[in-house]
Amino acid sequence: MKLFIIYTVYTHITINTINTIVGEKSKPMKIIISNASPDPIYDQITRQIKNHIITGEMQEGDPLPSIRKLAKELQISVITTSRAYEELEKEGFIDTVGGKGCFVAMQNKELLKEKRRKTVEEILGDAVAEAKKLGIGLSELREMLELLFNYEDE
Amino acid sequence: MKNMLEIQNLSKSYKDFNLRDVSFTLPEGYIMGLIGPNGAGKTTIIKLVMSLLKKDAGRISIFGMDHRDHEVDIKSRIGFVYDNPNYYDHLSLRRIKNIIAPFYRTWDEGRFQQLVKQFNLPLNKALRKFSRGMVMKAAIAIALSHHADFIIMDEPTSGLDPIFRRELLDLLGEILQNEKKAVLFSTHITSDLEKIADYITLLINGRLVFSDTKDEVLAKFALVKGGRDIIGDIPLVGFKAHEYGFEGLTDNIQAVRKKYGSKVVLEKASLEDIMFYNNLGNNHAQFN
Repeated sequence: MKLFIIYTVYTHITINTINTIVGEKSKPMKIIISNASPDPIYDQITRQIKNHIITGEMQEGDPLPSIRKLAKELQISVITTSRAYEELEKEGFIDTVGGKGCFVAMQNKELLKEKRRKTVEEILGDAVAEAKKLGIGLSELREMLELLFNYEDE
Repeated sequence: MKNMLEIQNLSKSYKDFNLRDVSFTLPEGYIMGLIGPNGAGKTTIIKLVMSLLKKDAGRISIFGMDHRDHEVDIKSRIGFVYDNPNYYDHLSLRRIKNIIAPFYRTWDEGRFQQLVKQFNLPLNKALRKFSRGMVMKAAIAIALSHHADFIIMDEPTSGLDPIFRRELLDLLGEILQNEKKAVLFSTHITSDLEKIADYITLLINGRLVFSDTKDEVLAKFALVKGGRDIIGDIPLVGFKAHEYGFEGLTDNIQAVRKKYGSKVVLEKASLEDIMFYNNLGNNHAQFN
């Protein structure tokens, strides 16, 4: 079987980097939007805020910037920003308090870790599938993983 | 959520152009981009909304009121930027402002002075000595100086450099911090303002192609590239063939991926791609 790998070259990459102040006491929240990424913008925001919450950069009860403020700072649509917050709320990462805005919700740390574990498993699954296509065996794959793992450690 | 603008079954005929049965709504708190190639009917719609033209049929309501019955009331709450500002061009910006300002109860002189300074506009020079970009900036400064609830702009970015276009994004973003306001702009340059637009309305040849949230639009369409042999089978809105293959737009990403997944490249489509291929498709349809 022939395998076609298609690379997309983006000729121009626009990245809006913004540090948004989330509250007086808390540190600025970092969100980077890439227009070259195939992922929808709302998804990029959702993922980055989730990360901030999982890594503990954003703590329970921390306020999020208002939807309109974030949209203005990132120069993106209000609807896109609302969608990102809706996803976060659906997954239980944030709570909306009527009239007061959005806050980081109480988190079940173990559950979060488990979710992250799943993500790692999925990515490894992809790697295994790709390796099988190319006829790379388990031992070779293990070597690759070890190499990468140790490299990351240094 | 209230609607800032409601257009229902709007029609207007000229000798060589027909706007046919156009309907769309813009809720308050959001920005809508009216896009389409030249001659699609964007300016006609804006002129109809502003009662600068008389409609043949249909209904237009702004702030929940009929645009004709409450014209004065409505217009005092609209900030209007027109593609071809028809100012008395022998006058200076200061004189023009002095003529316009009294018409608005909510005129904010401090805001005007601040914008003039920010835009680097001379107050005492005759407008005919202004560049096209400067005239546009002057029109924007005036439109933003009376705390309008609804900003309507016809081709605001034409003649403006990219630096000012970004500044305009910031200004609009600031206005939208108030969720009771809304912005409608028309443009054929889809790249800058498309960033912040919440809704996109596409017009081609006087007809509405779609009016939807930008996110829905961008999720619905994709660019497809592949070999010439499959052009006839693949569901495309419009395409362009070249000697070595084709590029086209599909509104059925699932079907294309399922049936031709390995034979084609699927890519994110920009609003410009979406406009371009919808227009091509429309022209094909007319010839066939």
